[in-house]
Amino acid sequence: MIAAAYPARQLPQPGPLPNDLQLTSTGQLRHLLTVEGLSRELVTEILDNAESFANMNEKAVKKVPLLRGKTIVNLFFEASTRTRTTFELAAKRLSADVLNINVSTSSATKGESLLDTLRNLEAMNVDMFVVRHQQSGAAHFMARHVEPGISVLNAGDGRHAHPTQALLDMFTIRRFKGDFTRLKIAIVGDILHSRVARSQIHALNILQAGEVRVVAPHSLLPAHVEDLGVHVFHNLEQGLRDIDVVIMLRLQRERMEHAHLPSEHEYFQLFGLTQRRLLAAKPDCLVMHPGPANRGVEIDSAVADGAQSVILQQVTFGIAVRMAVMSMVMGVRSA
Amino acid sequence: MPEIASLLDSMAEQTRRHFEQRGIEQPIVVGIHSGGVWIADALRERMGYTRPMGKLDISFYRDDFSRIGMHPQVRPSELPEELDNEHILLVDDVLFTGRTIRAALNELFDYGRPASVTLAVLVERDGRELPVEAAIVGAHLELGAGEQVKLRGPDPLRLERVQLEDGR
Repeated sequence: MIAAAYPARQLPQPGPLPNDLQLTSTGQLRHLLTVEGLSRELVTEILDNAESFANMNEKAVKKVPLLRGKTIVNLFFEASTRTRTTFELAAKRLSADVLNINVSTSSATKGESLLDTLRNLEAMNVDMFVVRHQQSGAAHFMARHVEPGISVLNAGDGRHAHPTQALLDMFTIRRFKGDFTRLKIAIVGDILHSRVARSQIHALNILQAGEVRVVAPHSLLPAHVEDLGVHVFHNLEQGLRDIDVVIMLRLQRERMEHAHLPSEHEYFQLFGLTQRRLLAAKPDCLVMHPGPANRGVEIDSAVADGAQSVILQQVTFGIAVRMAVMSMVMGVRSA
Repeated sequence: MPEIASLLDSMAEQTRRHFEQRGIEQPIVVGIHSGGVWIADALRERMGYTRPMGKLDISFYRDDFSRIGMHPQVRPSELPEELDNEHILLVDDVLFTGRTIRAALNELFDYGRPASVTLAVLVERDGRELPVEAAIVGAHLELGAGEQVKLRGPDPLRLERVQLEDGR
């Protein structure tokens, strides 16, 4: 209200709050950049919509005409198989046209800036960008600069956020466990480098999960992680006690600039999830992993393929969740 | 507004005749959410049909998505049987422009290739925008341009005349 007294341009810019960018004035999803700051109602709406799409798999034609005539660009500056293919499949099942651009094969390697890339693609009249970038804030940057009417979905930016992954994890938990308020959930592993963990913690807080734990060695935890409202454990057995859901994170070897760990072997000895260790959790504890799993590093193959694992269901649900987000941002009423 | 029970009786009689003439013993009844499902349920009971009922939520097939956006709470479409080579009785509450039926037919054909589709509606009114007509009709209603008829339910079912403010 105070802001209205000043010309907008002269206001000090602390950087836009995520919701100023990603929501419309009526609170509808316009971009999806981060889970942080979304309301419980909106997250629930996304999950409910995903539920409708998840039921499509029994159809002979696994496609609906919702985004017919829309063009969606998968703009990936960082390697990804699962995320890119599930976004691609989600777009195709909504009948959109999809363009996949990988940086290693594009002119970005010839020195074209992100903004140039954006402008050129906009000139081809696209409707949505799905962007993954090694720099935190890349999706925000794009959302700030795209033409009105174009949506940006963050498919992972640096160490910052990976909202659709967190949402599909919430969808998976809700499918198998129902009400979040009764659940104890442990996130185990490389929290420091993980945009997935950050987004998951925000999502679990929004959905009012009973207890969220992070379990990791000191060297793989960000400073002040407790401020996110999680309980910190440095011992896996203790961290898993009475847990309903355990989410294992991939050890991000490619993001480790310094020696955070003595060796992968030692890491597995201390933090690797084995059947024996899983006994500390509740007997029906779900085992999740955003993939790709380093078998024998953070998770034993017997657990990854075991009866409690829902790792492959996460992949399947990922398509439905991405379909929901894509149709919600494209279906925003023009004000 | 007419009584639902008598409309359903009339629909049941028409349904019996329609399928008898064609030598079809029992079609698969498919209702369109929400009103169509209620009517399909009641009609199926009157007919003594035993095959499981199908339900369609056509929200993903609407042609006004780019104008009005995601429909809140799309219920899953459920089609318990294979549709290939089956006779389908598609049921809705109100037939007006025909666009809902167009969407429902598109969705049906994503599940399979039925032998035939027969349309049954509780009420119809003028205003078709597509070449869609029902074979089984409970009643024809005369409504003004700014008026709509809505089926309220599920218990009890009743028709309600609604005045639209913006005359859409």
